[in-house]
Amino acid sequence: MRRLIALASTCLLAAVPLRAQTIEDQVTTFQLENGMDVVVIEDHRAPAVVHMVWYRAGSADEQPGVSGVAHFLEHLLFKGTEKLAPGEFSEIVKANGGTDNAFTSYDYTAYFQRVAADRLGLMMEMEADRMKNVQLDREDILTERDVIIEERNQRVENDPGSLFREQRMAAQYLNHPYGTPIIGWRHEMVNLDLDDALAYYKQFYSPNNAVLVVAGDVMPDEVLALAQEHYGPIPRNDALPERARPSEPPQMAERRISFEDPRVAQPYVMRTYLAPERDPGDQRKAAALTLLAEVLGGSQTSVMPQKLQFEERRSVYASAFYSGLSLDDTTFGVVNVPAEGVTLEEAEADMDRIIAEFIETGVDAEQLERIKFQLRAAQVYELDSSDSLARRYGAALTSGLTIEDVHAWPEIVQSITPEEIIAAAEDVFDRDKAVTGFLRTAPEVTQ
Amino acid sequence: MKFFGPLIAFMMLAAPLRAEIDIVEVQSPGGINAWLVEEQSIPFVALELRFKGGASLDQPGKRGATYLMTALLEEGAGDLDARAYAEEVESLAASFDFDVSDDAVSVSARFLTENQDEALALLRDALIQPRFDQDAIDRVRAQIISGIRSDLQDPDTIVGREFDRMVFGDHPYGSAIEGTEESVSALTQEDLIAAHEGALARDRVYVSAAGDISAEELAALLDDLLAGLPETGTPQAPDIDVTTEAGVTVVPFDVPQSVAIFGHEGIARDDPDFFAAYVLNEILGGGGFEARLMEEVREKRGLTYGVYSYLVPKDHAALYLGRVASANDRIAEAIEVIRDEWTKMAENGVTEEELETAKTYLTGAYPLRFDGNGRIANILVGMQMDDLTPEYVTTRNAQIEAITLDDIKRVAARILKPDALRFVVVGQPEGLES
Repeated sequence: MRRLIALASTCLLAAVPLRAQTIEDQVTTFQLENGMDVVVIEDHRAPAVVHMVWYRAGSADEQPGVSGVAHFLEHLLFKGTEKLAPGEFSEIVKANGGTDNAFTSYDYTAYFQRVAADRLGLMMEMEADRMKNVQLDREDILTERDVIIEERNQRVENDPGSLFREQRMAAQYLNHPYGTPIIGWRHEMVNLDLDDALAYYKQFYSPNNAVLVVAGDVMPDEVLALAQEHYGPIPRNDALPERARPSEPPQMAERRISFEDPRVAQPYVMRTYLAPERDPGDQRKAAALTLLAEVLGGSQTSVMPQKLQFEERRSVYASAFYSGLSLDDTTFGVVNVPAEGVTLEEAEADMDRIIAEFIETGVDAEQLERIKFQLRAAQVYELDSSDSLARRYGAALTSGLTIEDVHAWPEIVQSITPEEIIAAAEDVFDRDKAVTGFLRTAPEVTQ
Repeated sequence: MKFFGPLIAFMMLAAPLRAEIDIVEVQSPGGINAWLVEEQSIPFVALELRFKGGASLDQPGKRGATYLMTALLEEGAGDLDARAYAEEVESLAASFDFDVSDDAVSVSARFLTENQDEALALLRDALIQPRFDQDAIDRVRAQIISGIRSDLQDPDTIVGREFDRMVFGDHPYGSAIEGTEESVSALTQEDLIAAHEGALARDRVYVSAAGDISAEELAALLDDLLAGLPETGTPQAPDIDVTTEAGVTVVPFDVPQSVAIFGHEGIARDDPDFFAAYVLNEILGGGGFEARLMEEVREKRGLTYGVYSYLVPKDHAALYLGRVASANDRIAEAIEVIRDEWTKMAENGVTEEELETAKTYLTGAYPLRFDGNGRIANILVGMQMDDLTPEYVTTRNAQIEAITLDDIKRVAARILKPDALRFVVVGQPEGLES
C-alpha cells in the first residue's frame, strides 16, 4: 500500500534514501547590479509570501561605546521616512492583511513582512524607501530609547539567567565584540542618540550590504523584475568597509564566574568553549561539532542525559549545544542542572567525567546513524515552512556563507566520521579557552 | 498617507482572499471522525489529536496528575522502556509532542510517509499502553518539581498564577496545572493510571491531519490508533463565573521591572457577539503596533516594550485579559493609560477608519495562516473543538466583514467593564498599593 517498502527501521536507515526532493530545487538566486543579493524560495502551497531584507551588519559591527545602536536603529526604521509618517510603514502592511517586524543579532539586522503574494511589490517599495531615506526627529526618538530600555528590562534585567549569560559572554570574548550584548549595556543604551543611530545607518545600510530573501507563492523572474524596479535604483555604497571585527588573541587562561541571585530557584553549571564556526568552503569542522553536540546532548538518548539523568540520576537536565552559524568564532556549550543533593562543584565534575569517558569510548555507531537519519528527515520537514527557510538563507548569507555552502552543508554533515567527531571534541574541549559559570541562589538581603 | 496612497487604496478594494484549502471529513469504520487536508507535495504527515478536558480533570488532592501523566506518555510504552522508546522514535525521525493545558491534552505528531505505519504503531503504544515505570515517574517528577520551584521565582509566571487564583479560587483553573511541589510529590503510579484513563477517552477526542495521506488511509489508521482507548472518561469540570473588582493587587517581588496582568470577565467562543468582540479587541490591544494600547503606552510614551489584550474563551469560563511590563517607577502611569483607554472604548466604541483597517487586516491575514501541514492540522483540530464546520474557512471572512460600527459600540459597552478591571502587579511598583 505504501510507496516504500516497510523494512526494519535499522536497515531503512542506511539503505533507503528519503524520496528525493530538496530545497535546492526551489531556490533561485540573483545579484542586482548594485550588489544586492536576491534569494527566491518558491512554495506555491498558499497564496502568501514572506519578504525579508537582511543587512550584513549587527551588534558586533558597532563602534565601541554605543552598544545597542544596531538594535536601536532597527526600532527607528519604523519611525518614518520622507514619504511615510512614523508608524505608517506597519499600518500599510496591516491594511494589506500583512504582519511585519524586525530583529537584530550579532551578525545581522533583518526586516520582514508576511503578506498576500500580490502585495510583494508594495512591500519592496516601502522597504527600499527606508534603506536610505529614514527621517527622524532628535527628540521623538528618545521615546523609542525608553522602549528599548524597557525591552532590556523585560529580556535581561528581570531574569537572572539572562544576566548570567551576559556575564559569561563578556568573559568568553577577550577582544571580540561578541562579548557585548546585542541589546546593549544599559549604561550605554541610556545615552544613545540620533547621531549614533544615523552614523550606523549611513555606514551599513546599502544594497551592496543587503540580502533580499523572498519565500512563498512567487516566480523567480517576477521577483527579479520587482527587485530591479524597487531596489535596483539605489546606488551602491562604494565606501562600505570590509567586515573585520577585533579578533580574539590566544586565550591562555580558564575563566570561572559565579553569579548569585536570590531569584535563582534552580542552580546549574554551564561551560562554553571558544569554537570554530562554519566558514565558506570550510565547514567540516563545524559539521563535526554539530554532530558532537547532538551525540552528547541532542536528545533523551544522547550521552549526557543517558548517563547523568537516566543511569546515575545525578542530574535533572544535562545537555550540549552548538550552532556553527556565526561570522566569527562561536562557542560550544555544555550544561548540567544537578539533582537535589548534588552540588555545583560535583555537577561540574560529573559533566567532565562523562565527557572524558565519551572521548575514551568513542561514538556509538547506531546513535550516530539515528542522528544522521533525523537530519536527513529534517530536510523534508523544513520544506513545510517557507518562513523558516527564508530565515535560514538570510542568516547564512549574512554570516559569511554562500548559497553553495548552505546547499553543501547537509552532505558534509552526513559524511562526517566518528573519528572526526572525537577529534573535534579533543580540539574544542580546551579549558584555557573556556568559561565555566555557576548560577547560584543568593540569600535574600533583608533590610 | 502620502506617496503610497493610490496604491493602498487600490489594494484595499481588491477582494479579500479566501483560504484555498479543501477539508475532507473522514470517518473510520469504528466511528472515529477526523478532518483532513491532503497535500502530497512533501512526503510527511502532520497529525493532531486533542482530548478535551486536560488539566482541569485533575481530581481533588491530585493536582498535577494530568500534567505528569502527559509528560510520561513518551517515557516508555508497550514493550519499550523510556530509552528504547525514544530510540525507536528517533530511528524513524518521527516526532510526537505531548502537551497539556487547562482544557485539553494535545498530541502533535509528525512522521515521514515512508515509515508511517511504524511511526503510528509507536504513537499508538504511547496513547494506549504507556508504562508509567516507577523510575520514569521519579525522574520526570524531579524535573517538574525543579520547574515548579523556578516558576515561583519568575515574575511572568507569578502574575498569571495570582490572577487565576483570585478569579477561580478552588476551581482547577485557579491553580497551576503542574501542581505544587507537595501535590506532585504525593502522586502515585495508580494516580497516573487513573489520570490516563480519565483524560484520554474516545468520547472527547478530536482528530485532524494534513499532508501526504489519503482519506482512505487516514480512516483505516484511526481505529488502530485510538480504538484501544476507553469509551468514556472523567466528567468535565464545572463552569465557573468570573467576577472581579476594579483595583490593583500588588505582589511584592524584587525585580526592576513590574509585570502586570489586567482583565475581567470575557465572552464565550459561541456567543453571537464573539466576532464583534474579536474585532474590537484587535483595535484595542491586538497584535500590532497600531492597536490603541500599543499606540498610547509604547509609541507615544515609551512606557513599555509591549502591551496587549486578548480574549480567553476557555471551556468553563471566559476572560478578557491583557499584559504589560514597565519599570517600577513607570508602571503606575502605564496602568493609568490602560484604564483610560479601556473606559474610552467602552463608552465610545471605535472609529469607522479603525473598523475598516481592522477588517482589512483580519480578512487579509486569515488565508495566510494556512501555510504548512503542521499549521493546517492545528487549525483544523481547533475548529472542531470550537464546534465549527469545515465551511467556516470560507464563511469566516464574510462574518468579519458583516460587523458594523454599531455592533462594535454595543459589544464594547457590553464586554468592556472598567468597573471590574483588575490589575495584578508583580514587582516593586512605585505609587501603587493593593
